[in-house]
Parts: sequence; C-alpha cells; structure tokens
Amino acid sequence: MTGTLRGKTAIIGASTYGIGEAPGYSAIELASKAAVMALKDAGLTPGDVDGLFVCLPQDFLSGLSLAEYLGIYPAISDNNRTGGSAFLTHVEMAALALEAGLCNVALIAYGSNQRSASGKLVGATTTSNDFETRYRPIVPASAYALAASRHMHEFGTTRRQLAEVAVAARQWAQLNPEAFMQGPLTIEECLDARLLSDPLSVRDCCLVTDGAGAIVMTRADRAKDGPKVPAYVLGTGQMTTHREISSMPDLTITGARESGKLAYAAAGLEPKDVDTVQLYDAFTINTILFLEDLGFCPKGEGGRFVENGGIAPGGHLAVNTNGGGLSCVHPGMYGIFTLVEATRQIRREAGERQLAKADVALCHGNGGSLSHQASVILGSAAVL
Amino acid sequence: MEELSPIKVFDAFLAQGRFMVQRARKSGAYVFYPRVAEPGTGDTDLEWVEASGRGTVYAVTTIRPRPPLVPYNVSLIDLVEGVRMMSRVEGVAAEAVRMGMAVEARIIEEEGRPLVIFQPVEVKP
Repeated sequence: MTGTLRGKTAIIGASTYGIGEAPGYSAIELASKAAVMALKDAGLTPGDVDGLFVCLPQDFLSGLSLAEYLGIYPAISDNNRTGGSAFLTHVEMAALALEAGLCNVALIAYGSNQRSASGKLVGATTTSNDFETRYRPIVPASAYALAASRHMHEFGTTRRQLAEVAVAARQWAQLNPEAFMQGPLTIEECLDARLLSDPLSVRDCCLVTDGAGAIVMTRADRAKDGPKVPAYVLGTGQMTTHREISSMPDLTITGARESGKLAYAAAGLEPKDVDTVQLYDAFTINTILFLEDLGFCPKGEGGRFVENGGIAPGGHLAVNTNGGGLSCVHPGMYGIFTLVEATRQIRREAGERQLAKADVALCHGNGGSLSHQASVILGSAAVL
Repeated sequence: MEELSPIKVFDAFLAQGRFMVQRARKSGAYVFYPRVAEPGTGDTDLEWVEASGRGTVYAVTTIRPRPPLVPYNVSLIDLVEGVRMMSRVEGVAAEAVRMGMAVEARIIEEEGRPLVIFQPVEVKP
C-alpha cells in the first residue's frame, strides 16, 4: 500500500560545506555554514525555519545550540541519537511534522570537525555496559569485521569483492571535485593494505574528514515555488535491531531489509525502479549488506554484484556517486550526505558524475554497529 | 536496597570463579548480558544458573595493533544456552580461530578483574 506521505513534502535546499579539511572551525560553525547555504539554495533564511532537526555528536543539546546560533525559534525540533542514520530519520519526522502542520520549513543539519580536532573518528560515547569493551575490540571497525567474517563464511564473499567496493567509490570520487580522496586506487593496493581487524584493512574503512551538510524541506505545494527543482520524499522507513554487535540477531541480515521494505511500500516502488543508491559505506561490507537487504540482489550475492566494476561508473547500478564515506567525506555521521547527493542527482546538478536517468534515488543510512537502519526514497516530479 | 545490579551480580560471581547466566523462570529462556528483565516479555522473574561454558565460534576477527603490540582474537561465541557473547579465544594463534569451532569457557584475570575467555575443546580420543 502506498503511503499517505508519498510526494507530500520535498527537499528544496541542499548544501555541503568544509568537506575534507576545515581547520579552525568548530562543529557548530561548520553545521551553521552548511545550514545557511542550504537555506539560501532554497531562497530562504534562518528566520523562515520553524522545524529544526540536528545532531552534533559532541554536543548533547545541539538542537538548542543550533537554534540559538542561527536565531531559529523552532516549533518542533529533534536531536535524536540513532547514529549516522539520524538525518534520514529526520526526513521521516520532518515529513510527518510538515504534513501535520506542526511546521512549514524544516532544516536538517550536521557538521563535524573530527579530522582537524582529533584526527580520529568521533565514536559513539559511553555505552550502557562493558560486555564488549572488556575484550578490546576496535570500535567500531571490529563490529563490521565480525559481520564481514560471517558473510565470507556463509556466502564465500572475498576480500577482493570488498576491495571492489572501495575502488568503485574512488572512481566516483574522481568525478566529484568536492571529494577528499582523488588519487588512483587499485584492487591490489586494497588487498595489500594493512589489516586493521581481519578481514578489514585500512582501505575497507571510511575516511576521517571534517565536513558539514544540510537540507531544507517543505510541503510539496510550496516546494514548486522555490528556485530549485524539488526532490520529493516518496517513502521512508527505519528499524533498530540492536546496539552492540554481539546482540545483532544475524550478522548477515541488517535492519535495512525492514527499513527498505517500509520505504518501498510507502513509495509504491521496487528496487528495479531505483536509478541510484546513496548508502552509508562506513566499511566496504556495508555496501554489500545493504545492496542485498535493499533488494538489489539476493542475500549472499552482494559480493558478486559489485564485482567487475558493478557499482562503479558505467556499472549496472550507480552507488554512492559522490564517492561515499570511503572516498568523498566522512566526518563521523555520514547520513546527511546521502540526501545531499541524491538531491543533486535528481536536480541534475552533479556535473561530470551526473547520471543519464536520476528520477528515483534511494538513500540509506546506518547507525551504530549495523544497529539502526533508515531508508528514504526521493524522486523527481516525473515519478510523482 | 537488597537487590544488586545484575551486572554487579554477574561480576561478583565471576570473582568467585563462577560463570553464571540468567534464566527467565517462566519462559525458560536464557538472558545475556545480565538484565533486570527478560527482553521482549519484560519478565523480571530471573534466576541465576551456572553456564555450561560450552559454545561455538559464530564470528571472528583478529585485531592487529601496531607492533610491538601483538595481534589478538575477538570472537562472538554462541553458548549452548542459546545466547551470544563477545569474547576471546585463546590457546591457539589468533589467526587460527575458526567459525564453527567448539570452545569452552575459562575464567582468567586481566587487568585486575576476572574475565570469561574461551579455548578450543580438546578432541577426546
């Protein structure tokens, strides 16, 4: 059954800022800059915003901080903690709030200076127990390594197939002037890279960068009057399956299966209708898991799906056309960038990496250790 | 307050050399990590029982810190009681730990506190 929110709201502004390195800036300065730019893109200012959705990992009350910083007095705000998928859940909440009349203009924003500030991935802070940390896993890489080990064991997935994901991301990044990593990358380099937590090497891990992103949403009737082509919200879905990897029911099946199912049903679409997928590739195994769970290939076939440049430019499915978290940007919570890149593709603003057909984009976010999954399907006016 | 935090009870048992897990009296299902209520049902009638210590390696990774630190194993272990826990398999090289391997628990002391680790089950002739 098609959802009642299908096409009722749209993204009308989108921006990134400070991708790569933004030395000297604080997280809220980066987020605010991206927010102002996204609003300008929509022909609006902070004074027009009455719904505010944000997550700055270092600031527990960042919803309040960003409102204060930008001079926004939101009637509704959300500062949730689902991890890097937070911004995709914000789209769902914003769509509901807009449609219910709780707000008229929703701003979703994020920024982080993790590279310049610490050079390390900003991890989740304290957890509720220490039943994993007792064994000194690398957080979060080991959780994904465990999932990868299981996928290899059950389905014969190989390190070479994981490397295909990293190389495809790099090839897309080379078409995106904004991407942080532009240099050449080969399968062999990935296979020879230093192992961090078997079977994952440093080339299987996302970047540690600075960066910010923001989008602006409004109801579809108003979206038509904006300066830019709207990217309509067709469907959304989310699912939490656990917090820590030892509590994940099956390490080869993520909550993306459920979040995707909800989003497809709401949009009245199927995987075959999707022109591009923007997903949270914190680690190369994520891409394989999510392509399976989102229905682009059967369970266990993800490794073979990405082989021979399957998701690289010119492949059979355009995945992470900005270069993803692996080669474009990863300030700690990548989710917002899936939405910005999908919007750019739908608007046909993606330059050299612009897809011939980009009417339906599936955005997918991951939070925690494969713990929370959120899917958002965006579309052009052609598919309304 | 008489009742202690379940995690503190678990650690107190461990300090006595006992690997204990919770079981919901009504459903019979085992609960790990220790909780105040059974997941799903919310049943608070939980009893402490001795874990068999027998399990199977479900997923495995070798952590490779920069030398001179040495590689070590981190595994997820499925206990025969039907619960899963993170742990470390010792007694074989980290790289030699395999999924499906039968393992048994042992309590060691690490950094001044007791810790459940596993070792491969000796194959009996």
